[in-house]
Amino acid sequence: MKISLKKSEVLVYLLPFALLPLIDRNAYHLDVMTTVGIYVLLAMGLNVTVGFAGLLNLGYAAFFAIGAYTYALLNINCGWPFWPGLLAAGTVSMVFGFIIGLPSIRVHGDYLAITTLGFGEIVRIAFNNLDRWTGGPNGLLGIDRPSLGPWKFSVNALPYYYLVLALVALTAYLLIRMSHSKFGRALVAIREDELAAKCMGVPTLRLKIHAFGLSAFIAGVAGCVFASKQTIITPDSFDFVLSVLVLAMVVLGGMGNVWGSALGAVCLGLLPELLRDFAAYRMLLFGLLMIFMMILRPQGLLGNPVIRRELKHGPS
Amino acid sequence: MALLEIREVSKRFGGVSALAGISLTVEPKVIVGVIGPNGAGKTSLFNCITGLLPIDSGRVSFKGRYHLDRMACHRILAAGVARTFQNLRIFRNMTALENVSIGFHSRTHSGIWDGFLGTPRSRKEEHDVFSHSAELLDFVGLSGTGNEIAGNLAYGDQKRVEIARALAAGPELLLLDEPAAGMNPSEKERMIELVREIRAQGVTVLLIEHDMKIVMPLSDRVIVMDDGRKIADGAPDQVRNDRRVIEAYLGES
Repeated sequence: MKISLKKSEVLVYLLPFALLPLIDRNAYHLDVMTTVGIYVLLAMGLNVTVGFAGLLNLGYAAFFAIGAYTYALLNINCGWPFWPGLLAAGTVSMVFGFIIGLPSIRVHGDYLAITTLGFGEIVRIAFNNLDRWTGGPNGLLGIDRPSLGPWKFSVNALPYYYLVLALVALTAYLLIRMSHSKFGRALVAIREDELAAKCMGVPTLRLKIHAFGLSAFIAGVAGCVFASKQTIITPDSFDFVLSVLVLAMVVLGGMGNVWGSALGAVCLGLLPELLRDFAAYRMLLFGLLMIFMMILRPQGLLGNPVIRRELKHGPS
Repeated sequence: MALLEIREVSKRFGGVSALAGISLTVEPKVIVGVIGPNGAGKTSLFNCITGLLPIDSGRVSFKGRYHLDRMACHRILAAGVARTFQNLRIFRNMTALENVSIGFHSRTHSGIWDGFLGTPRSRKEEHDVFSHSAELLDFVGLSGTGNEIAGNLAYGDQKRVEIARALAAGPELLLLDEPAAGMNPSEKERMIELVREIRAQGVTVLLIEHDMKIVMPLSDRVIVMDDGRKIADGAPDQVRNDRRVIEAYLGES
């Protein structure tokens, strides 16, 4: 009963997007929506650590980069096709997620944020300087597009749009299931009060590392899709600004809410396109939006009202 | 055989000695009150038993088999020692029912994959966890509040949620750190009843409490602490008239 409800939830929210190309065949619009879809994947992934488990991560772009570079290197050097590359990108990224999760055993709050920020920069700078393998600042080019049986993806954005939509649907479905499971509740308990969670039998260290791994896996998958869509990747696509942008999406949408982070990603992903005429003032408007957001609705668009009360008045 | 045996446990914070070689035992199925002036080391004792504070020296053994001083918090809980906190530590943004369900974490076996895939095992466990959690809320007197956000409940009810959460772990020993603090007289009456009912279920209770009107009628045995030591130990009436206890509370005479 409960399960079928979740299935229909994914269907109801994503069906309009599945039908969108029937109404709007504009290639530019579809391309923008595909990019927004990649942002949605990233925001939903980051929401696992930041939203559910309450672990601030400021280096999330690194996992996106690792996924993109994993597929690019495997494809260019070993001829791996897209689909196994997608799994490999997720897995390699997840392994790095486990590793960067280790400091969370001893480091908390702001200090963890700084640690992850450092990790993010190290990864970007490493890709920038490992010229022999990654092409340095010039990046990697000639990455293969995906193919489905005999049919190959081309410059046309439509197949990418549906690929990303399918991944978003799958990720949302699995994450909603997770959020209603024992693991999901335990992560929220860690966010609410780590010490109490530990005393109530939650193996907090292990679960925090798992949260980092899961979150990184999703970013790795998104990175692989990104690389195959662009066919060229350079280190500056994965800078600190991207980490902050994705974090802003999660905060805007409402931390700990799967659909909230998706909504946040759609808003902040579309905003630069809608404000194209005001390009010079784009970041200014972006900043204003975030400030008004924090004043009027600090819990995020789809956030929990209790969080709002605590943000305003502190825990009573 | 004693359920809990604490031998020569010491804990220092810099120059301050929180526990100075304290020894005590707790027999099964009794209510033991721990009293003492502020700063006597009562909460430190609880923290050392539940693994939150590593001890400097001594031993804490449970059921003769578990060396709690060498175990992680979540394993101590799984061994059968659950606790509540002096300053409420419920999960404020979760519902009362979800709070209690966390207590079942160490008793269920579903892993992460079960959650993602919705395996029959995890579905059955989820169902059992929530029906048992609802029963526990009924038991502590919170019928019908399961879907309320825990942080919105009245203070006394939040304390009860915390107790239900601890009971969810199926403990043999329950440590209650000032369960009745901040409650009005009628709430205190109900708390006494609740602790008695918990004991009637076969759970041993060790409780810290300042209110003598609660400790004295409730406890089978009272342990008095001062300066990290045990200064008296015995039946409530015996302790009440102990010279050293009166000194500790009223100052040297």
